[in-house]
Amino acid sequence: MSTTTTPNPSGAGAPGRSREKAPAGEKVADWADGRLGIYSLAKANMRKIFPDHWSFMLGEICLYSFLIIILTGVYLTLFFHPSMNEIEYHGSYVPLQGQLMSEAFASTMDISFDVRGGLLIRQIHHWAAIVFLAGMFVHMMRVFFTGAFRKPREINWLFGFLLFVLGMFTGFTGYSLPDDLLSGTGVRFTQGAILATPVVGTYISMFLFGGEFPGGDFVSRFYSIHILLLPGIMLGLVVGHLILVFYHKHTQFAGPGKTNKNVVGMPLLPVYMAKAGGFFFLVFGFIAMLAAVASINPIWVLGPYRPDQVSTGAQPDWYMGFAEGLIRAMPGWEINAWGHTLVLGVFIPLMLFGLFLGIIAMYPFIESWVTGDKREHHILDRPRNAPTRTAFGVAWVTAYMIMLIGGGNDIVATHFHLSINSVTWFVRVGFFVGPVIAFVVTKRICLGLQRRDKDKVLHGRESGIIKRLPHGEFVEVHEPLSQEALHTLTAHDQYQPAEIGPTVDENGVERKVKRPQKLRAKLSEAYFGEDNQIPKPTAEEYKEITSGHGHH
Amino acid sequence: MKKLSARRRHPLAAVVVLLLALAATGGLYTAFAPADKAQAETVAQSLAIDEGKKLYAVGCASCHGTGGEGSTDGPALAGVGAAAVDFQVGTGRMPAQQPGAQVPKKKVIYSQAQIDQLAAFVASLGAGPGVPAKEQYNPEGADIAEGGELFRTNCAQCHNFTGKGGALTNGKSAPTLEDVDPKHIYEAMQTGPQNMPSFPDTTLTEKNKKDIIAYLDVVNSDDSESPGGLELGGLGPVSEGLFGWIFGLGGLIAVAVWVAARTAKAKKS
Amino acid sequence: MSSQDIPEENLPAERAADEHAHGAVSVADEKHPFADPGLPPHEHRIQDIDERAAKRSERTVALLFTLSMLATVGFIASFVAIPADRIVYIFPLGHISGLNFALGMTLGLALFCIGAGAVHWARTLMSDEEIADERHAIAAEPEVKAQVLADFKQGAKESALGRRKLIRNTMFGALTLFPLSGIVLLRDLGPLPEDKLRHTRWSRGKLLVNVNTDEPLRPSDVAVGSLTFAKPEGLEEHDHDFQTEIAKAALLIVRLQPENIKDKRELEWSHEGIVAYSKICTHVGCPISLYEQQTHHVLCPCHQSTFDLADGARVIFGPAGHALPQLRIGVNDEGYLQALGDFDEPVGPAFWERG
Repeated sequence: MSTTTTPNPSGAGAPGRSREKAPAGEKVADWADGRLGIYSLAKANMRKIFPDHWSFMLGEICLYSFLIIILTGVYLTLFFHPSMNEIEYHGSYVPLQGQLMSEAFASTMDISFDVRGGLLIRQIHHWAAIVFLAGMFVHMMRVFFTGAFRKPREINWLFGFLLFVLGMFTGFTGYSLPDDLLSGTGVRFTQGAILATPVVGTYISMFLFGGEFPGGDFVSRFYSIHILLLPGIMLGLVVGHLILVFYHKHTQFAGPGKTNKNVVGMPLLPVYMAKAGGFFFLVFGFIAMLAAVASINPIWVLGPYRPDQVSTGAQPDWYMGFAEGLIRAMPGWEINAWGHTLVLGVFIPLMLFGLFLGIIAMYPFIESWVTGDKREHHILDRPRNAPTRTAFGVAWVTAYMIMLIGGGNDIVATHFHLSINSVTWFVRVGFFVGPVIAFVVTKRICLGLQRRDKDKVLHGRESGIIKRLPHGEFVEVHEPLSQEALHTLTAHDQYQPAEIGPTVDENGVERKVKRPQKLRAKLSEAYFGEDNQIPKPTAEEYKEITSGHGHH
Repeated sequence: MKKLSARRRHPLAAVVVLLLALAATGGLYTAFAPADKAQAETVAQSLAIDEGKKLYAVGCASCHGTGGEGSTDGPALAGVGAAAVDFQVGTGRMPAQQPGAQVPKKKVIYSQAQIDQLAAFVASLGAGPGVPAKEQYNPEGADIAEGGELFRTNCAQCHNFTGKGGALTNGKSAPTLEDVDPKHIYEAMQTGPQNMPSFPDTTLTEKNKKDIIAYLDVVNSDDSESPGGLELGGLGPVSEGLFGWIFGLGGLIAVAVWVAARTAKAKKS
Repeated sequence: MSSQDIPEENLPAERAADEHAHGAVSVADEKHPFADPGLPPHEHRIQDIDERAAKRSERTVALLFTLSMLATVGFIASFVAIPADRIVYIFPLGHISGLNFALGMTLGLALFCIGAGAVHWARTLMSDEEIADERHAIAAEPEVKAQVLADFKQGAKESALGRRKLIRNTMFGALTLFPLSGIVLLRDLGPLPEDKLRHTRWSRGKLLVNVNTDEPLRPSDVAVGSLTFAKPEGLEEHDHDFQTEIAKAALLIVRLQPENIKDKRELEWSHEGIVAYSKICTHVGCPISLYEQQTHHVLCPCHQSTFDLADGARVIFGPAGHALPQLRIGVNDEGYLQALGDFDEPVGPAFWERG
């Protein structure tokens, strides 16, 4: 850099001599600032505050595993041959020597056995993918159950949702690349599912596979989708997701000193730089150790793909297990009419798959429509304080989990000594009944917890000390809560159902109510009606109890 | 895995192994017995049939009928051959304990000599595949890679890639092939026990069977290699997913809890 | 979503509680018993008041960083020293690759120690005083909004896009049409379906070849209760289109007692009780081959569709929509099993044009 030797004429007002004395780092920063404006950027962000809570780090797990996947993925591309040319294997794994296999499979074998450290990187890549998707799922649930998706974060919710969906398909295309017997079976399923699409199915299948299945093209096509198209989109979304997190500032749980107008925590520099930066290494190190001790996708025992071979226990990776469950549980409906076939047995699960994921993606908009709330929300809900939302989320997760069981019905059957047919029937019924039960039970639990909170606020904490009163009665001493606890337990918003708000009465009676409004009122009642939330203690109630007849 | 270690700990295990080994030697001797002793053999054979008949009347006749004609509780035995008996009784499946979707593997209750007698009797009811000789199922020198391909074509659909077993309809299942005697694997292919189809020599030649046994010996035995680390049951993505959730994500969440937790304050306690 | 069409007056009442939670610290009093007491006072950690404890923390962090360095050295040493095919026994992992284990553990340790060191440093030595940062409304101030709208109107006016409709419409036309080129370019990704899915390699006179032995099958080779897989004569593993052809032509052969065959057509198309069915599941195309010889059921390992081979391979459980296609077989002059034609319906998964 020339600035060190020659006086800099473009120095922004600072005299040359004092610049000479400035430390080297500052000089570099000055140079960059003159071109990038980094000081203004740093002013806003260097001491940015992040609240401390373990559940706020779930997103970081996802971010870091995504980075790990990219790093290891680039390494793998150096050795992988995305080709379906059939060759004879002559590598070091004896039980496959002399077998015909695609170059894709053979090069994956070489990565696993002949490239030193190749197996480790392959396993890190795959384990990180499993963790990435699982992390996104849990992160999404954290955001859902704490209501962090509310205004102004709806768009970021959608970004996250898209990342989850794209992650599923990136994972799936990657899982298919080695062209082994297990993943080939998965690709065969995909092709069968595409064929089931009405009208255009056969055309899409022919175009995607370059002809009939399996043809000789899909590995190279999946390869460019897996390493370029999908990760490219995902990288963009991740950057957008992060920018929005910075821009909105993080949410926080209610507590003393924490309001909707501030964010309480530690600054990015130095604490979060060290914690978040350190966490990247922790995640990477942890996954590397996972890859050292546990085998994943051992393609050498799976063998190369042949369309007339198969193994039992043919499952996709976990994140596609939900779709697999839908497919397995569906009865074989097929309609033949006017020379055409409608393959409902495959097509309905495909639609349900999209619909089911779509519901959770659209939820923030549904909820904000029901509440009609247009304010910003930066204080998180405790799940119990939003019983209907929480119950809905648990119902959704229940249905998801039941279908995961359905996706592994054969493994469940053999390991619990059950009939595979009974497991399938359980899943078929459970998919509809399970969420209902989960909804009712969760809501009851939430309301119970709300009542307990109310009791605690009004009567204090049970101390476990029994006292005998002068007239012989025994009572348990209740300790009053601290001011912090009183505030925290009463800090949540409580909505009124849409139609009994005080302002509605005057004008609302005569107005003709449209259908969506009626639906909204009904939903609002279900969310915030009398039996659907416990009114939080009021100042009057508190005063009456604390100043009146004392504890009882 | 669990079953295996549980069985290994059994105090009688050594005795059973010893008995099996003795019995196998006996069986081998019978198999290799020189031809010029044919006369003596025939006598020994009819003696064995008589002994077998007695054993049969006690342990088998209630389901399979006194003459092996079968009943509602058990199939007819004419023509199943000695190999079928050796497999069924030698793996403890027979005598069956209770009706169910299928008869599971149990502790073997007959000695190999008794099994041979039973086999001789059942073989006398009608011609069928005989007990294979050691050189038929000895995996030495077989083509492992060929065996792998044959295994994936003919066996993996029920028994899984490396023979960990899998589900069939209505509570039936294909058992794991771990620790199954090569002889029994050979017999199973030959005779098709219970719902397993048979793979006679016309479908799967003697060499094919040997290759399959050799492949299993490499990928599914106590010292099979799993270069990547823990095999996770060899069940594929289900166990991998479970492991990834519980130990992968679970462990990382534990780390996150540590990262986010407050450091202890000086005043506390 | 569509909350715009809901009149304002139908919105739920705002939170009734008094707005004591706004901003600064407020003190609980008679009227506001639940008021926010504000951020609790900062408490010191041991490391903040005891220099020896702080030193201990420093040493721990340094130790972790040093461990990381050692682990990296270990990584390089393992890479050089351990052969790729060395198998070692490690309890409880089993017989595993020594190189993979050593590289993974050293790499993992090297990274984990850096992370642990940094986090321990942050937790014990960096300030843990909580700071409150103000939030600012995301929506712009009304003046800003007005300015932006005015600018936009000005720009729109200057472009005259609204006035010169011809320009606007042709521009939209051009912009809508040009992506078609991209779609057209995708046309050569693959051939048209035509009737490709309706035909397989099978034709009249083709022998049934055992995939295991590569020998043509005779009826006597197929015993009752046995399971045989066959491919059409002339299809070899080394053929360039083997995979695509076997994906349709794979055959499943079993022999039933003729009196057990319930379906009349199945019996007609069989030979002495030997029936040949497509091995490709009619659900989504897995090779279906879990044959239960006593029940004559065949189960698909992918999605558990179950077919009854004694009854025209009709579906008795699971998501498959129709029976497995049967291949009509007979015996040629030399006594070998042969096909008497192609399948008379498409094999594999159903599709729109299947009919």
